[in-house]
Amino acid sequence: MFRATLKSLLARKVRLVLSGLAVVLGVMFVSGAFVLTDTLGRSFDKVFADAYAGVDVNVAAKPNVQVSEAEGTTLSPAFPAETVQRVAAVPGVADAVGVVAADGARLIGSNGKVVTSFGPPQLGSNWVGEGDLLQLREGRAPRADDEIVVNAALAQAAKVGVGDRVGVLTLAPKREFTLVGVFGYSGGRDSVGGSHEIYFTTPVAQELMLGETGVFNSVTVTAADGVTDAGLRDEVARALGDGFEVKTGAQLSEEMSADLKEGLAFFNRILLGFAAVALLVGTFLILNTFSIIVAQRTRELALLRAIGASGKQIIGSVVLEAVAVGLLASVFGLAAGVGVGALLAYLFGTFAGGLDLAGIAVPASAVLSAFGVGLVITVVAALLPALRAARIPPIAAMQDVATPDRPLTKITVSGAVVTAAGATLLALGLTDNAGDSVLPVILGGVLFTFVGVALLTPLISRPVVSLLGALFAFSVPGRLGRLNSGRNPRRTAITAAALMVGIALVTGVTVILDSAKSSLSALARDTVKAELVIAGAQVGPRPASFDRDVLTEAAQIPGVRLAGGEYGDMAMVDGERTWVGASSDPTALRQIFGVERAAGDVDRIGPEQMLVRAETATARGWSVGSTAQVQLSRGEPRTFTVSGIYRSDVYTNPVTLPPTVTADFAIPHPTQGFVQLEPGTRVDDVLPRVEALLADSPEVSVADRDAFIEQQASQFDTLLTMIQILLALAIVIAVLGIVNTLALSVLERTRELGLLRAIGLRRAQTMRMITVEAVVISVFGALLGTVVGTGLGAAVVRALREDGITDLVLPWTQMGVFLGLAALIGVIAAALPAIRAARINVLGAIAHD
Amino acid sequence: MTATVGRQAQAAARANDVWKVYGSGEAQVAALRGVSVEFERGRFTAIMGPSGSGKSTLMHCLAGLDAVTRGTVTIGDTTVTGLRDAGLTTLRRDKVGFIFQQFNLLPTLTAKENILLPMSIAGRKPDPAWYDTVIATVGLKDRLDHRPAQLSGGQQQRVACARALVARPEVIFADEPTGNLDSRSGAEVLSFLRNSVREHGQTIVMVTHDPTAAAYADRVVFLADGQIVTELIEPTAETVLDTMKKLDTPAEVAG
Repeated sequence: MFRATLKSLLARKVRLVLSGLAVVLGVMFVSGAFVLTDTLGRSFDKVFADAYAGVDVNVAAKPNVQVSEAEGTTLSPAFPAETVQRVAAVPGVADAVGVVAADGARLIGSNGKVVTSFGPPQLGSNWVGEGDLLQLREGRAPRADDEIVVNAALAQAAKVGVGDRVGVLTLAPKREFTLVGVFGYSGGRDSVGGSHEIYFTTPVAQELMLGETGVFNSVTVTAADGVTDAGLRDEVARALGDGFEVKTGAQLSEEMSADLKEGLAFFNRILLGFAAVALLVGTFLILNTFSIIVAQRTRELALLRAIGASGKQIIGSVVLEAVAVGLLASVFGLAAGVGVGALLAYLFGTFAGGLDLAGIAVPASAVLSAFGVGLVITVVAALLPALRAARIPPIAAMQDVATPDRPLTKITVSGAVVTAAGATLLALGLTDNAGDSVLPVILGGVLFTFVGVALLTPLISRPVVSLLGALFAFSVPGRLGRLNSGRNPRRTAITAAALMVGIALVTGVTVILDSAKSSLSALARDTVKAELVIAGAQVGPRPASFDRDVLTEAAQIPGVRLAGGEYGDMAMVDGERTWVGASSDPTALRQIFGVERAAGDVDRIGPEQMLVRAETATARGWSVGSTAQVQLSRGEPRTFTVSGIYRSDVYTNPVTLPPTVTADFAIPHPTQGFVQLEPGTRVDDVLPRVEALLADSPEVSVADRDAFIEQQASQFDTLLTMIQILLALAIVIAVLGIVNTLALSVLERTRELGLLRAIGLRRAQTMRMITVEAVVISVFGALLGTVVGTGLGAAVVRALREDGITDLVLPWTQMGVFLGLAALIGVIAAALPAIRAARINVLGAIAHD
Repeated sequence: MTATVGRQAQAAARANDVWKVYGSGEAQVAALRGVSVEFERGRFTAIMGPSGSGKSTLMHCLAGLDAVTRGTVTIGDTTVTGLRDAGLTTLRRDKVGFIFQQFNLLPTLTAKENILLPMSIAGRKPDPAWYDTVIATVGLKDRLDHRPAQLSGGQQQRVACARALVARPEVIFADEPTGNLDSRSGAEVLSFLRNSVREHGQTIVMVTHDPTAAAYADRVVFLADGQIVTELIEPTAETVLDTMKKLDTPAEVAG
């Protein structure tokens, strides 16, 4: 039996290669994701191990507010210089150096634009001399207050050299410095992990990065000989008491790396999600291939049964075939995945400002998932055809078996049940009735819906395919192709369903994002009453900001009625992490954002007062007169009294503080500005004057409101493009499915093709016949996907109505494009099978059994 | 009975010193060795011979399904030898009809659509009177909307015959048309093939190994070892059987 299986496997190499390819692509995606995150993870380990190699013990004040990697860099609060002396006095300390190191030192490049690091921090520090890690390559150390040195990566990115006058943005507005030196790191590296670093003299660093002179925010401790790092850490911690975090260098590097890896894990999950989609589509493809192969082998299998093979042996034979295909595909998929992972890691490293990559390795997770996924998917997909194979009666060997057209009742009923289950899950998930498991419930709903619709597809395919085919029925080859695409509804259905999944997801996501974009733009257009907006594109976790004086000066421009700037900070409010906002002019809330008063007074905020959003007030149980303790990124905790409660869909800050406290925000600058003009003032008269004020704030620009909204909305387009690229893989696999089905059908109909050629069908006509079949199948799949995707998207949009997504935007153009593309896909998929059909040897084909 | 006068001018298909050699070198096998034969217009000719005699090869070469190694084949006034695929396709479409042992109907089409398929591929309309005649002859009037799967073997073969007849080709080639049929259905098919020759002047060339089938023909050409060895005019099952027996004996000795 084993030999027979092996022989039949080898006899059908081509068709198995095609179905195997689907598994290869899916496995490639999965293992590639693991290789990528593993490589990046080890690279981060190395970066931080290097960065803290010279640190035995590090002392920092406990942060006021812990901020996650995606939200920015946690601000390490300043402490007085005398703390350094206290550390130095601890027994076992050989050396203690006070260090200033804070994110937010932004160099203005030779082109006048702020240099961004695309994620890694932009550190501003005090120069404490060269060391093992840090070595000057050019020039000298900063000595005067207007001198700086920068790392080589920053110098290159900014295109500046020693001797240049350069502008730097810090806590203070733009300030000019002379670049006196450029440094690199041990091992000839230009940066550590892509970060940009600027070193000032100590007092300047203290003033610009921490806000006052005479303070530091960390102490680098060197242990005396014979003292262990851990022992010293405990000694120093005991000496300093509460309020400080004392850690060894190794500990610190581990923690920093772990933070970044958390972000990577999230990234990994997203990639795996797309891999799952690809594999779902691949499952359809394999199921179809094995079904067709079993159908074609009916006679052979029946013969085996007739000569005494048991049903179990037949199942075993088909499953064994699946195992072989799955194994082989997993091996190739893993190899391809390692390649793709390495390539992506390289691209990531280059993009993130020169991250030194650790060597590419194949983690166990990649191997396990590759073989697990590849084998399981293939075997599961082959199980159904195997069971069917076992039911072939031995008598079939003696008969001329035309594949009987089995009734579709059973499959249709189960399809209806599964679809209903999917719809129910979706309804539960979207109406907030699923409790904590909203995401799994919605995903399960989508999956069930896909499978259910796939099961219903054979029934739908009959009328729809015949209708679509009617478009081509003007010629004989077209008519024959149409009939062929309708002759095996199951086969056509599964092939089309594979394409449906990809198209449905793309369409669904597009409906949701387009609706969100349109709703939010409309909302902003209706409610933001500012003719000019000052803002900058955010690259990485830190938002663009500008000098607050711009607003004061802008308010003086004739025709300007109001110029308000928005600040924001992550704060602890009554011990809970809460986003707090502040406006340089609190009247802007009402005048520009049109917030509605729910209680108290929302037109002004006193020094010790705060305004809260209605939803927040309800959640926290606040009313006018309640008090809350607020700990900002800097400074001591303060108590504020709720003086007003507002309602708004546009202005969504949960808590608004008075402008007087913004100096204690992590970013003490406004990140957005809104300028309202007097009636009758022309935008074009004011815009250039505000532009001129922004000369020293190169991170931001001023635009009229519509341009601003357009710019904000374009973020949706970027997201959409990324999702479309990732989903393209699922569509590619579906195309393979069409090629496969056609190739198998051509093989199956060899005799028929021979006859058609014998009675006078030309080669070109033969190709047209196959192409029409492919186009009908793929357009059917795309049509199905568009309908299902629109349904899913519309359901989600409907569920988000409460959250301000009120418009339902259907991407008609995109749907049209996809249907057109589907036709093109059909033509491409048909190419090889069609050529094969046209080349068929007429004589051989007629004799074909 | 048909006169033999003017046979040359009236040939519907002709093979002139046709050789067909498969393989090369040591493994070379000659299936046809210099066959020259003519098939008169309006006659029903059977080609017979023991298996391996080359009778099917001869028919395939005559019909433009297979290329000859040497010699020429003509159908009507068209020289088949040397035609490329497009030319062969046109020839098969316009001048040749086929009836196969395996019926070879398209399962997706109804009987009527199958019958009209060659005409619609060629973009021609059938002559309605002739179409009605053919349908009446094969006796399928009430089965025209059935698909092949709903028809018996004999009915399917009658559909295949109608398909070959309806386009009024120069010549119809039939390859063991009764090979898959029981004797009664076979007799039906053979009698209306003969009728279409006698009443409508159709030309038919049939390959068979069944003496009873061959007896329906006007003339039987015998092949052995790739060569024409003899022929019978107005054969009966007995004369055909006798000739076959004579042929078989030396073949067995040779084998």
